[in-house]
Amino acid sequence: MSETKKFMYVNRRAPYGTVYALESLEVVLIGAAFEQNVCLAFLDDGVYQITKGQDTKSVGMKNFSPTYNALGDYDVNQIYVEKESLEARGLTLDDLLDLKYEDEDDDWAEKDSIRVVSKKELADLMDEQDVIFSF
Amino acid sequence: MKLSILVSEGPYTHQASDSAYRFTKAALDKGHEIFRVFFYHDGVNNGTRFTVPPQDDRNLQKLWSELAEQHNLDMVVCIAAAQRRGIMDENEAKRQGIDGNNIAPGFRISGLGQLIEAGIQADRLVTFGD
Repeated sequence: MSETKKFMYVNRRAPYGTVYALESLEVVLIGAAFEQNVCLAFLDDGVYQITKGQDTKSVGMKNFSPTYNALGDYDVNQIYVEKESLEARGLTLDDLLDLKYEDEDDDWAEKDSIRVVSKKELADLMDEQDVIFSF
Repeated sequence: MKLSILVSEGPYTHQASDSAYRFTKAALDKGHEIFRVFFYHDGVNNGTRFTVPPQDDRNLQKLWSELAEQHNLDMVVCIAAAQRRGIMDENEAKRQGIDGNNIAPGFRISGLGQLIEAGIQADRLVTFGD
């Protein structure tokens, strides 16, 4: 499989009310092995998936949010968060996990994976994709 | 056109599986190629032969199984999602020490790589979910 396609994973739901967020992350991790051009988008309640300080003890579910920190090591480093979704929920970039990656084209400098984009910019990004998984 | 189908919901609770079935059938009737139908999330529940809906209603599992047989469809149930929801084939049941299996004819259990491959190989991947 030499063909490279642009894949976008669209995450729209809160992390623990349904299993979609966890199972989306499982696809991202498996998909990373296929060396495609991958990006993630977080919008609507999906922005809660990558908030800091998640504590799931009282609901008896596994807190899988630390796994997002590993995405940079899997070369998954284009993570778009919709500005309007953050604002509607009173969230800012400071409320989100500090997701980083090491840029091999820039002497392995550590860089931010998350980019906050407007609804319009996100729509344009979606338009560029070959495959969109919406979870 | 070469299409891949992703079914993300189980039968009956949501319309997703009905729509996916009708879309897949229509695409095949029009002469399109279906590279793979992949069942994920609760979609794996389409692949148990233990569903017994009332006789005056459609049986989605049977419809999928028949479509697979008629068109030699590749229908894949995600193994991780299937394990969470108790969908087993003979090998998997043996491996997990479970005393039976329920995979329906025409379905096979495999990994998520099959979904990524379906996205790479097809001209379009069409998702049916909630």
